[in-house]
Order: sequence, then C-alpha cells, then structure tokens
Amino acid sequence: MTIEPTSVEQVADGLREVGYLPGEATALVSYLATKLGKPVLVEGPAGVGKTELAKALARYLDRELVRLQCYEGLDEAKALYEWNYRKQLLRIQAEASDTGWEAVQEDIFGEEFLLRRPLLTAIASERPVVLLIDEIDKTDQEFEAMLLELLSDFQISIPELGRVDARTQPVVLLTSNNSRELTEALKRRCLYLWVDYPDAGHELEIVRLHTPELSETVARKLVEVVHEVRELDLKKPPSIAESIDWARALLLLGADDLDGDLFRQTMSVIVKHRTDLELVAARVGVRLGGAPDGAVGSAQRR
Amino acid sequence: MAPSDRPSAAERRAGGLDAELIGFAEQLRAEQVSVGTSELLDAFAALREVAWTDRRDFREALATTLAKSPEDRRVFDLVFDRFFFRAAEQQAAQREVVEGAGFDGADQLDLEQLRQQIAQALQEGGEGQLQDLARLAIAAFGDRGDGSGVIGVDVQRIRRQLGLRAEPQPDLPADDPRRDGIPREQLRRFEQQLRRELERALVERTKRLPPARPLSDLDRNLPGGPIQDLAAVHKVVAQLKRRLATQGHERKGRNRHAHVDVRRTMRASLETGGVPVVLRYRPKRPRRPEIFVLCDVSTSVASASVFFLSVLHALHDSFRKLRSFVFIERISEVTDVFERERDFHAASAAIARDAGVADVSGYTDYGRVWSEFLTEVEDQLHPRATVIVLGDARTNGRPPREDLFGAVAAKAGRTFWLNPEPKLYWNYGDSVIAAYEQHCTAFECWTTAQLEEFVKALTGPVVDLAR
Repeated sequence: MTIEPTSVEQVADGLREVGYLPGEATALVSYLATKLGKPVLVEGPAGVGKTELAKALARYLDRELVRLQCYEGLDEAKALYEWNYRKQLLRIQAEASDTGWEAVQEDIFGEEFLLRRPLLTAIASERPVVLLIDEIDKTDQEFEAMLLELLSDFQISIPELGRVDARTQPVVLLTSNNSRELTEALKRRCLYLWVDYPDAGHELEIVRLHTPELSETVARKLVEVVHEVRELDLKKPPSIAESIDWARALLLLGADDLDGDLFRQTMSVIVKHRTDLELVAARVGVRLGGAPDGAVGSAQRR
Repeated sequence: MAPSDRPSAAERRAGGLDAELIGFAEQLRAEQVSVGTSELLDAFAALREVAWTDRRDFREALATTLAKSPEDRRVFDLVFDRFFFRAAEQQAAQREVVEGAGFDGADQLDLEQLRQQIAQALQEGGEGQLQDLARLAIAAFGDRGDGSGVIGVDVQRIRRQLGLRAEPQPDLPADDPRRDGIPREQLRRFEQQLRRELERALVERTKRLPPARPLSDLDRNLPGGPIQDLAAVHKVVAQLKRRLATQGHERKGRNRHAHVDVRRTMRASLETGGVPVVLRYRPKRPRRPEIFVLCDVSTSVASASVFFLSVLHALHDSFRKLRSFVFIERISEVTDVFERERDFHAASAAIARDAGVADVSGYTDYGRVWSEFLTEVEDQLHPRATVIVLGDARTNGRPPREDLFGAVAAKAGRTFWLNPEPKLYWNYGDSVIAAYEQHCTAFECWTTAQLEEFVKALTGPVVDLAR
C-alpha cells in the first residue's frame, strides 16, 4: 500500500530508487509535504524536472498521479467538475411527462450526472493520490483564487450537492515557470521549492542513471559541454531532459569520445533555435576542435 | 554558527528558539520579505519534522516556508547568515570565548606555495575547507589586528595578494591553478568566508557586536560588489524576457470584454441540438506596441548602461516592432546590430565599435539628441507608438530643449523615461528630469523590481493617452 516516509533520508533514497535524483532541498521539501499536508509550489527554469518530481513522488509513494495541465482560459468546468448535460437532457426526455419538476430536479443533480475533472477526482479518491497542477502560471488569477479553497482545506463546494471533503490527504504539487508573479494568497498556502539546473556532479549522476551504458568519459565531457552551453546567452538553454536525450543519441551512435565534429552533428539535440545553433557552434564547437564548415549546415537542416 | 553550536540559545531568553525564530522573521520583514503569521506557523511545524542538528536541513526547512520566490530566497540567505552569525558571536562575546588565532608561525609559511594551495582548493571546489583557507589567508596576509579597519577593504586586499581573479591569467605558468581563472561562485564564497572571519576577529577584539548592517538594495537586487558579473544581470533579464513574452495575456479576466465568436458558437451548439448552451469567445490578442528606445551610453551612466543594454536586448527578443538608438552626444541606430547579434557580448562590442557614438566628447547633449531623433523618425511616430528613453537626464549644462522632447512625446502615443538614479538625486546638479517629466512618465529604474513596474506599465492598457 502507500508508503509513509519517516525521515528525509528515506524520501531521498526512495526517490533515487524510482530513478529520480533529488537535489539538496528537493528531498526535504517533499518529506515536509507528506508530513505537513501542505501543497508545494515548485518553480524553476523549464526542463529541470519539476513535473518529473511529481511523477517520481507518485511512484515512490505508490500513489496514483492525477494531473491537471493548466492553460490560458482553463475554467472550473475543465478543472473541477461539470454537469453532464447530454445525459441530463436524455433523463428529462425519458421521464414520463407527468413527473413533477421537483422530482426531476432532485434526480438530475445527483452524482450520476457529475463529470469528475482532475481536482475533484483527486479529492474524492478512495486511495491517497499525488495531485500535479502543472504550469499554474499559465492560468489567470481567477483560477488561482478558485484553487485556494482546495489547497488550504482540501474541499470543493458544488452548489447543487454541497461540500465535497477530501476522503484522503493528497500530496499536491504546483509547478510554475515563473512567467508571471503568482498571488500572495496562493504562495502563502504553499511550501516553496526552487529547482535550478543541477551542478556538474549532480547532472553527471543523472545522466549516468539514465544511460548507464555510456562511457564515463563521454558522459563527463557531455555534462561539461552542456554546462558551458548554459552559460551562453541562449533563447532556450538546454535542460536536463535534453542532456539525457543527447546522451542517448551519443549512445546510439556508439560514440567513444566527444569531439568537435560529433558535437556539430548532434548539437541540434540540445540547442533548438537557429540563432542559438550558430552561437553555440561558434563558441563551443571551435573549442572542441575539428572542421567547422559543412557540418554546421547539416546539423541545422535536421 | 549552526544551531547546535549554541546550546545556550534556550537559556538566553525565556522564549528560547521560538523567540529567536520570531526575531529572525522580524528581520526578514525589515528587509521587505513578507512573512505572515501563517508562514511562521508553517515554519514551526516544519521544524518539528526535521533534525535541527543539520544546518542544511534547518535552513532549507525555514527557507521553504518563509521565502516564496527566488528574490526572497536571496534575501533569506543573506539574512539567515547574518542573523545566526551574529547570534553566535554575541554569545561568544558575552562568554568571552576566544577561538584560537588559528595558525601561529604564519611568517614561516611559504607565501607563494600558500597562494597556489588556496587557488587549487578553490578550483576543486571543496566546501568544508573554505573556512580553514580563509583563516590561513588572514594569518598569512591579513596583518591580524591592524588592518585598515574597514572589512570590505581588507577582504579585497587579501584577495589581491593571493592573486585570485576570475579572469584567466595567461601569463602564469601552465601548472598554476590560477591560470584559467577561479570560478566566480567559488571566489564569491571565499570572499564571504574571509569577511566572516574578519568580522569574528573584530568581535573578539572589541568584545561587542558592530551594529547590524541592513542589506543594501544592490545586495538584494542587481548583483553588486566587486565580482559583479554580467551573467547574473542576465539571469534577471532572462526572467524578465519570459514575463514580457506572456505579459498582456493574463491581465484581464477570462470573459471580461470578450467577443462572442458566432461561428464557433453555432458549431458547438450542434452538440446540444441547436441550443447554444456553450458560448465560444474570440481569443484576445495581447497588445504588441511599436516601440522606439533611446539609450544613453555616456560615462555618467556607465554602470547602468550594461544593465540597460541587456534590457534593450531582452526587449528585442520580445517585441518585433522595435527600433533602438544609442546616444551620447548624437544618436545612432542600433536596431540591426541587435537583430544581427544574438549574443549580448557581441552586440555590446559591436555597438562600441561601429555605432558611431564613440568619436565624440563623451558628454550627453540631449538637445541635439532630440533634434536628430525628430528628423530621423518624425514621420514614423504615431499615436500607437511608444517611446522609451533610458538615461539620467544630466545635460552637462547644455540646454535640455524640452520643447523638442515635447514634440516627440506629442507625436507618440506614450513616452516613458527610465532613470537609473534614485529619485533622491533627481533634479540635483545638472539633472533636468523635471523638465522632461511634464511630457512623459518617468520611472526610477535601478532595481529589478522597479524594472518590472515599468514592464507592467508598458504592456498594460493605455490609460494615459491624454498626456
């Protein structure tokens, strides 16, 4: 059944076991989240494993993951619940015409006609779940305000049915790319976790975990290069996910060393803008050596 | 320093750790981190769950409940260090605990070898040795007891004597660890440690705590200090870039002022037998104004102009219809430089090289700038255009020609002025911002928070069209 961790180290080890290497603060905050029953607001640049953390927590705690992907214009009907009008219409039509309005009304606003959306699913689940509210910064402030009731008291009010209380305490993670400032009210209810790009040692561990067959020297060099690329002023710096993709690509190519030519051929795995490609080729490619011409063009055409 | 190092905390005040924590929260509030009572309660709840003996866990548990943004976290770390360092020192001073001076016989040390060793250790990035290294360095180079009396000066002097620099030093022999430069982060941490050790020595000598120093705005916002580096400014600007890209999307409520898309509503109504149960709305397009930016790059704003240029660079990424000019005595257009050069360093180098402003005296001539700007873009200014001026409005005694500036502002829809000086200095000396302020909205802009205020105004709805 579900696991109740009793120390920070347990959480750290548990996350490691399911293939997620937590940073210093990550394990501690995850532990506090399970203990205090508070939602966690996870912020950081794109691709540092914010969503992955929620998935790993779900795997480790042996809970189901309920995910709500936020986008501009997301509303209660898609996040909380919706009345299934088609079914309600059919029900009304199927009723004999002499049934009183009262009876029908009682009838069609029952649980049977309720379409559960992620938030209600998470609240009403029999077994405790991990609820991931992804990219909360994409929604508007009204939606945030609606979340407050859920996040502080774990309950949802449905006018026709009354209040739905949480049967079990979910672990809630909210992620944000920090594209806008979230409201104070929301932040006050959450624990805060800032996830940044890992340092070289930590990233090497992550890459090694995902591609254990890749030779140590190549992995080390790969991480060095990725760090160097992140230092440049790019439109989109490479994320951890992209370093892993790159490691996989190198593995498929059977690389035993990372030199200038190989770098130019494969760098489109980690750099994804035309202008960025030029900059990276000019800065990093040259340092790694090899013939600069031709190869750049072929990398761009992919 | 770690909480475990001061078991007497509970005895010191009746409140024990609780009182200490509340005091800590007070200090955070004094530095404008909003710490509510509920957050403080969370902090206590969190501390019940972690071992206090681990300094890192203790710190992270507090941080996760009290500091809710990267900026707050930065302030939190600074205040945390200051608070618990001072608490420990106060105890030590009260009890007259004197730590050993560390290393006697400093004069027998081979100084050159020591330099190498410290640089080597910094290159490798050992965490625990920093304190020992700092003590060693102070023993060898610090002239304990008769430093300059100003800790910041002593720190820099010791750093220089060690020959530690972030930039590569190619004239050193190949096996010297300082040759490729010390990582900035390591250098910063080492300086911090030096500062702390010097402060500790000072407290031991004088047996009392120096008054607490509030964090300066520079500490808090734009990275300051001797190792100020562009990368950190860029981190701030990168965040700004993301915000700019999404600004205007979320300002209005979802359905406010929305137009019904009849076509899509009809299509959707087919599902409900022709009854339009669900209304479909036309998507709203965010405002993308046409922008003209004028950026002062003269010496009086030298420190700010790096910041301004990177802001300009960020703006170029977010707004397609953007024309930028730099000026000192005359103006020159740099739009194509920014469009050509993706890399900020290359762009600023290109501006310095061939923007055509380098050949003049280096004193700003606003009057001339306005007249040249008017001749160049007069025809293209229209009520939907926005003009942004980045400059300190210091005319060096030359006529401000606010009439010409007024003409520019009258033609454009909105005009903003970003002044890198604190408001206190406005209109002192040769600053004539008041003359321009009657034609535009002026913002002081020397911290990132102020910059964000401006971005809100820039992307927000046009309310001041009447100006």
